[in-house]
Amino acid sequence: MLTDVPLTDEQRFIWESSARFARERVAPDAAKRDREHRFPFDLVSELAQLGLLGVKVPVDQGGSGADMTSYVLAISEIARACASTAVTMAVSNLVADILSRFASTTQRDRWLAPFLAGKLGPASFALSEPGSGSDAAALQTTAVKDGDAYVLNGSKQWITNGTHASFHILFARVVDGPGPHPPGSRGITCFVVERGAKGLDAGIEERKMGLRSSNTAQLHLTDVRVPADNVVGEAGKGYAVALAGLDTGRIGIAAQSLGIMEAALAEGVRYAKERKAFGKTLAEQQATQFAIADSRTELEQSWLLTLRAAAFRDRGAERTAMASSMAKLFSTEACGRVVDRMLQIHGGYGYVEDYPIERLYRDARVTRIYEGTSEVQRIVIARELLVR
Amino acid sequence: MFQLSETHQEILKMARAFADKELTPVAAALDREHRYPAEQVKKLAELGLMGVAVPEDQGGAGLDNLAYAIAMEEVARGCASTAVVMSVNNSLYCDPVMRYATVEQKQRWLAPFASGTKLGCFALTEPGNGSDAGAASCTATLVSDSSGEMWELNGTKAWITNAYEADAAIVFATTDKALKHKGISAFLVPMSGPGGAPKGLSLGKKEDKLGIRASSTANLIFEGCRIPKANLLGEPGAGFKIARGTLDGGRIGIAAQALGIAQAALETAVAYAKERKAFGEPIAKLQAIQFKLADMAMRLEAARLLTWRAATLKDQGAKYTKEAAMAKLAASETSTFVAHQAIQVLGGNGYVTEYPVERHYRDARITEIYEGTSEIQRLVIAGAVLKEG
Repeated sequence: MLTDVPLTDEQRFIWESSARFARERVAPDAAKRDREHRFPFDLVSELAQLGLLGVKVPVDQGGSGADMTSYVLAISEIARACASTAVTMAVSNLVADILSRFASTTQRDRWLAPFLAGKLGPASFALSEPGSGSDAAALQTTAVKDGDAYVLNGSKQWITNGTHASFHILFARVVDGPGPHPPGSRGITCFVVERGAKGLDAGIEERKMGLRSSNTAQLHLTDVRVPADNVVGEAGKGYAVALAGLDTGRIGIAAQSLGIMEAALAEGVRYAKERKAFGKTLAEQQATQFAIADSRTELEQSWLLTLRAAAFRDRGAERTAMASSMAKLFSTEACGRVVDRMLQIHGGYGYVEDYPIERLYRDARVTRIYEGTSEVQRIVIARELLVR
Repeated sequence: MFQLSETHQEILKMARAFADKELTPVAAALDREHRYPAEQVKKLAELGLMGVAVPEDQGGAGLDNLAYAIAMEEVARGCASTAVVMSVNNSLYCDPVMRYATVEQKQRWLAPFASGTKLGCFALTEPGNGSDAGAASCTATLVSDSSGEMWELNGTKAWITNAYEADAAIVFATTDKALKHKGISAFLVPMSGPGGAPKGLSLGKKEDKLGIRASSTANLIFEGCRIPKANLLGEPGAGFKIARGTLDGGRIGIAAQALGIAQAALETAVAYAKERKAFGEPIAKLQAIQFKLADMAMRLEAARLLTWRAATLKDQGAKYTKEAAMAKLAASETSTFVAHQAIQVLGGNGYVTEYPVERHYRDARITEIYEGTSEIQRLVIAGAVLKEG
């Protein structure tokens, strides 16, 4: 964290309580959970108690009513202890934001309030499909109106919390009948699909390189009947709902990368001070010093870009999308370099599970992929640059 | 923190307008002719940009270091040579004089320089020691002659920006060799004016440089050069401390200069990409070009945030050594990266003088070297991180 960034009392409170929770509750078993691929159900309900499942949701809706800067600070602290728990938390906040902004009062009472109170466990955001990730508007899951319900068919891929979610914020295209379907975002609708719906199969959990104590699953929908009351926002206007979460999602992953980098750098510095070679500690050798200097510099740039994107988002500044993409692209790519350099400082010890850097290295890799790959962020940035 | 105040927005606008009108159009000619931008520097002085952070009652503009960084970037965006002239006068000359000179000394050595009537330079580096400033071999010895007690300077200072135009220099010399870096002192040495340069001070040849060609760089050669005893700046033996503190601030200036060069290169590349066609469409439609531009803009923004942050810390009176080193490191390496990529976007046109990017490329290169190489910045940063962690 940068100690010179001025914080409000509220931001400081959320930052400090997240840091304490991360240190006392999240960090101790992080390596074990990773090894066992064990989902942190207990931590999800504790996050709810702390108000960290809906950091930005207004207080009267059961959230913490805080701003994006607070959210960045909270995510980064949780990620510093355990990147898996951080992504579980990030998706929860995304779900909570969508319900808070687009759901009706009845829907909020039914799903948002109990979710934030920790009574429902995790929830998911189901947009990506086997054949559409970054190009989300190309999604193929269909919804056909049938009386007072919709019948959904299709598959969702890479769904964080997918197996354990009590409900899914799921996007499907409302069509009249079998395809071919209109191109683009036409017809895309946001649904709440509850666990146990007939025809919904939460599929098999993915075996991932990193983030192993978070859950990622495919969802298969075969004639799943979803009541029309479960449409969030208007039918056919779901693409805007999906996009509304983009900035928050990207800033959240930038923040997750900050936490991973902070942890990696601390591990590298600690090891460099202890380990000796040729009669000196590694920390006394320029090659190590330069790796540390570059890493800290890139980390502080990542902090500044991410906090800037958060500040832009909070005040509704122009070019928030570009600022968010820059924060996500820079932070996640810096994260990849930092974990790699810190692993290198560890030598062989960096390659084994006895030291946390091995897990951090694996966890870092996905940050350049989800919530928009690095390539997608570059497209966003270039588009903004070129229209001006 | 992520929004400029109205004052700073005004400074930005003013400096940008000045650069667009007075610098960008002539930068190529100044570079080609290795011509010192005398008129441009005069106009900078009229705008208060030769002593941005010096109080008004001492001849300056009475603004802060953030304003300085912002103005510096804009000036460098127009002409990097003019920017380094401005940087040396602001950061390396006025700043230490403001902080260490006595009230009496300031009347002569600060006000005319901060207002831009006169120009200063900074003489620390020697032919045999650059980054390792503590190894200074230039000496100052107290001697008595008919004018009373005088300091006699002997030795050579190298790579002195503004050497040919400066009216005064801050010169670092060893007063007590046994004390090593704690035996170095700083002196105010006249180079022009009524008395002219003192006897025993001569200039070496103008260096023929890869870039920033419109600024002069030369050795200052001291051979029994005597200056009044009263020209000591700060305490005897305080020279190393003065130099170090000065370079911290100077790094903010060079970081800002690097940003300006990079911004100019990026803007040229963006404009070119929209115009130039290949395979039937503007190259801006090609992902290979888009991704370069995205990376250039992103790294530039990240370096700018570090630079503004270091300036803000300096304005707050907080410690900023590590942050200034980070800003300088990131901005200078971003500048060479961006200029390199800009040439790539322009292809052959980037390699010829009809377009400005070959100059940006040459000008950017020095930012990784002077006021502490990238390697020195890394040592400073690592030292701070290892102490914290």
